[in-house]
Amino acid sequence: MELCPLIKNILLLDSEGKRVAVKYYSDDWPTNSAKEAFEKTVFTKTQKTSARNEAEITMFDDYVVVYKFVLDLHFFVTGGENENEIILASVLQGFFDAVGFILRGTVDKREVLENLDLIFLCLDEIVDGGIVLETDANVIAGKVASHSMDDGAPLSEQTITQALATARERLARSLLT
Amino acid sequence: MAQPLAKKDDDRDEEVDYSPFLGIEKGAVLQEARVFNDPQLDPQRCSQVITKLLYLLNQGEALTKVEATEVFFSVTKLFQSKDIGLRRMVYVMIKELSSSADEVIMVTSSLMKDMTSKTDMYRANAIRVLCRITDGTLLTQIERYLKQAIVDKNPVVASAALVSGIHLLQTNPEIVKRWSNEVQEAVQSRAALVQFHALALLHQIRQNDRLAVNKLVSSLTRGSVRSPLAQCLLIRYTSQVIRESANNTQTGDRPFYDFLEGCLRHKAEMVIFEAARAITELNGVTSRELTPAITVLQLFLSSSKPVLRFAAVRTLNKVAMTHPTAVTNCNIDMEGLISDQNRSIATLAITTLLKTGNESSVDRLMKQITNFMSDIADEFKIVVVEAIRSLCLKFPLKHRSLMNFLSNILREEGGFEYKKAIVDSIVILIRDIPEAKETGLLHLCEFIEDCEFTYLSAQILHFLGIEGPKTSDPSKYIRYIYNRVHLENATVRAGAVSTLAKFGAMVDGLKPRIFVLLRRCLFDTDDEVRDRATLYLNTLGGDGAVVETGADVKEFLFGSLDIPLVNLENSLKNYEPSEKPFDINYVPKEVKSQPLSEKKAPGKKPTGLGAPPPGPPSTVDAYEKLLSSIPEFANFGKLFKSSAPVELTEAETEYAVNVVKHIFDGHVVFQYNCTNTIPEQLLENVTVIVDASEAEEFAEVASKPLRSLPYDSPGQTFVAFEKPEGVPAFGKFSNMLRFMVKEVDPSTGEAEDDGVEDEYQLEDLEVVASDYILKVGVSNFRNAWESMGADFERVDEYGLGPRDSLAEAVNAVIDLLGMQPCEGTEAVPPNSRSHTCLLSGVYIGNVKVLVRLQFGLDGPKDVAMKLAVRSEDETVSDAIHEIVASG
Repeated sequence: MELCPLIKNILLLDSEGKRVAVKYYSDDWPTNSAKEAFEKTVFTKTQKTSARNEAEITMFDDYVVVYKFVLDLHFFVTGGENENEIILASVLQGFFDAVGFILRGTVDKREVLENLDLIFLCLDEIVDGGIVLETDANVIAGKVASHSMDDGAPLSEQTITQALATARERLARSLLT
Repeated sequence: MAQPLAKKDDDRDEEVDYSPFLGIEKGAVLQEARVFNDPQLDPQRCSQVITKLLYLLNQGEALTKVEATEVFFSVTKLFQSKDIGLRRMVYVMIKELSSSADEVIMVTSSLMKDMTSKTDMYRANAIRVLCRITDGTLLTQIERYLKQAIVDKNPVVASAALVSGIHLLQTNPEIVKRWSNEVQEAVQSRAALVQFHALALLHQIRQNDRLAVNKLVSSLTRGSVRSPLAQCLLIRYTSQVIRESANNTQTGDRPFYDFLEGCLRHKAEMVIFEAARAITELNGVTSRELTPAITVLQLFLSSSKPVLRFAAVRTLNKVAMTHPTAVTNCNIDMEGLISDQNRSIATLAITTLLKTGNESSVDRLMKQITNFMSDIADEFKIVVVEAIRSLCLKFPLKHRSLMNFLSNILREEGGFEYKKAIVDSIVILIRDIPEAKETGLLHLCEFIEDCEFTYLSAQILHFLGIEGPKTSDPSKYIRYIYNRVHLENATVRAGAVSTLAKFGAMVDGLKPRIFVLLRRCLFDTDDEVRDRATLYLNTLGGDGAVVETGADVKEFLFGSLDIPLVNLENSLKNYEPSEKPFDINYVPKEVKSQPLSEKKAPGKKPTGLGAPPPGPPSTVDAYEKLLSSIPEFANFGKLFKSSAPVELTEAETEYAVNVVKHIFDGHVVFQYNCTNTIPEQLLENVTVIVDASEAEEFAEVASKPLRSLPYDSPGQTFVAFEKPEGVPAFGKFSNMLRFMVKEVDPSTGEAEDDGVEDEYQLEDLEVVASDYILKVGVSNFRNAWESMGADFERVDEYGLGPRDSLAEAVNAVIDLLGMQPCEGTEAVPPNSRSHTCLLSGVYIGNVKVLVRLQFGLDGPKDVAMKLAVRSEDETVSDAIHEIVASG
């Protein structure tokens, strides 16, 4: 018997139900068309609800789905029917808030697409193979940011920061060897 | 994203559907990926290309094996770059490609270098990637690093190693199990998530060792687990331990209950909920244990967070199935939830209320439900339908609105399970609420006019055949039924033919018309349909003359098969084609139950050698075969009943003997199953000397000795008695085992030639009333009770004196009567003060008997019982009362 809380997928769809960024951790949907069918069901089932203030929840086909919308983005986290709903909600909240931190408050589809690399990193930091890695949005965003260049800074500055980082690392290595 | 970035400022505001990935295409991006091979790497550009590739993969674009492998190898070149951001993307990319590319193992050396790096982020990610692509051999090489990583002071690294361990346990359990000590240390980590991951892994390593899990739980429930997620895990493990130790909870308090209850006061909602849910799911949870959990769930019901309301109402809904009264306190909060924006919450609230609600709220609830039905999944609808069914049975006066509701939803779209639930509900309501019959039948008729499910059509037709003829105007159903003969597949057509015949048999006025219809069916294309039509035309006398249907024809058409289908199936399987036709009367009617003593009978010696000897033949079939093979008993006729074996010796004695009583119409045969438990002895010529002086009506007619009874190999000896034909006779028999004993040399196994006569006293044996009653169940007790009629009903009341519990009293009476409990009424809900138990059976002489027992607690311990018996013969009804009165 599986006792560890498991996440089946995390979905980020746009206001038409199209995929923005998704991550599946379960074999329940082996093909892309199965995944798309699931996304379509989730989207249509939740479309009419308002999940803009508090996270909402629904259940179908033995899955519990928690979700939250902002502007033209729909965030979903899916778990098995017996999963603790509040654990799923905490993963959703972690993802939602982390994206907010990373994008500095401007959370819409365009902003997400322009920083899609960071969104992928963010998904990678939240769940690993279905197991919750981290739910604290600050920590998630921190991990993503520390790995990337400061995207708010102008290009020239980025290059400098990067050069400094490289220099520091070289120095460190030369000291070690 | 070189190009989009450059265009950004100009295009952004004009294009409505702006996307940096607009129009990108796999071929072009794969071309771009060549930058990975440049000698002078541009980290930023490489990052952008990887993002594009990830975007394509994420959109469902598939790379061929060759493409994936090619990209994979160029991506590995990027390990040369020291750019942290790029490296991070490289890790993600490798994980994405690891399943589709060949030779992913090639990247191992780069990853191993990162795994020993000083940078925490490198270590953590390299571990996660490496564990994705590793195999057993490689794993042994890196095991040392992983063990170190588990206890790394950086929580990210430790978590990465622990989570990877959880994944690797599936493929390489023997290696991961060696990390136990490190994992155990990590459980004590101050970092919340590390503790969670370590606990998950530690439990999975030990999950097959119940003792170890027990120890883990006992030590952690005492200490302080900091992470809420880890605490949730611990609650789950604790519930498992409680479940598995369920057998010793009878006395005193449940172990670990205090821990679960304590978690209800945790500050994290997920822990509170996990604990509340765990408590509600405890086996045989008491109301005292439930109360604190219900209280916190009730608070969640009025939370502003939909997730909390949903979680709480879903759990309470489950509780309402088993403990409706425990949930009634929440009814006011539940009613508030009916108008909840979230339909799932509203549905759960409604079904909960249906389970706990009262008559006055039915109409209001039904109105609410109608609005919801189209919005919810079949799975939920079935729940609603079942809730409505039980509600209707609870409040029969409300059948009109409830039946209407059911017929409305029957017409709407829905899958098989959903439709079946509705049909089943209507059928049950028709059967149990007479006023609902006619409307219900018409609803069903309309449904089969347009029903895509053969199973349901056939079921409804069968039901129509039974109930339809008894209505005030049976003719109005004929049209619906005959339409099936035209429009359906063979299975449904055959069912419709049988149904028509039943109308013909019951309603003389319809006979001529039915004959016309049945004759038309003679030209059907299907064999079964034609055969049935022919058969019914003949049995009903379809030569034109309208004659009254004979009783035996009615019995043939309507009589229930009083034989368990399993028994019939077995008998048919055993039947060998021969001159002798299969006779249904020889199929045993007894509901099979495995005798308990099968394991007890053979040698009790603790030093029993070899495989345990086979037990005595136990099932009805086997008994019958055994007895009919003995010529002396061949003319006794059909075996009526065989009792469960009765022990005649104490456990651990030299000779173990039990007896099975076989009851025939005019005879009784005792089958003594003997086992010799002394290795140094061989018994020969074994008989049982029966003294029947206290059983006046019995006369011994035959005895069949057992020639030889070696050590540990059971054998049988029989004694037969004559008794008055067809009526019960009772008596007490004392038994003496008589045999010739010979010494056996244990080393050679040879027995000596000379033996000594010896005797061994056995316990007494009684033939009692329950030996003359067969356990034969009925599927619908109420129907059977009504159709039996009150002609030979006998009712009386009895005081059963002080009893341990109501359940104990119920079981005692069931045992005394030896009848079959019906509809699960033998189970007494805990803490109930009254109980009704329904029994059915067949008395010797083939007389059906039904018994209704109503128990009530009279004072603290005294049990009073009202016994109502109905049977086809008043002497039998009286006999049942005598059994109870003398029992």
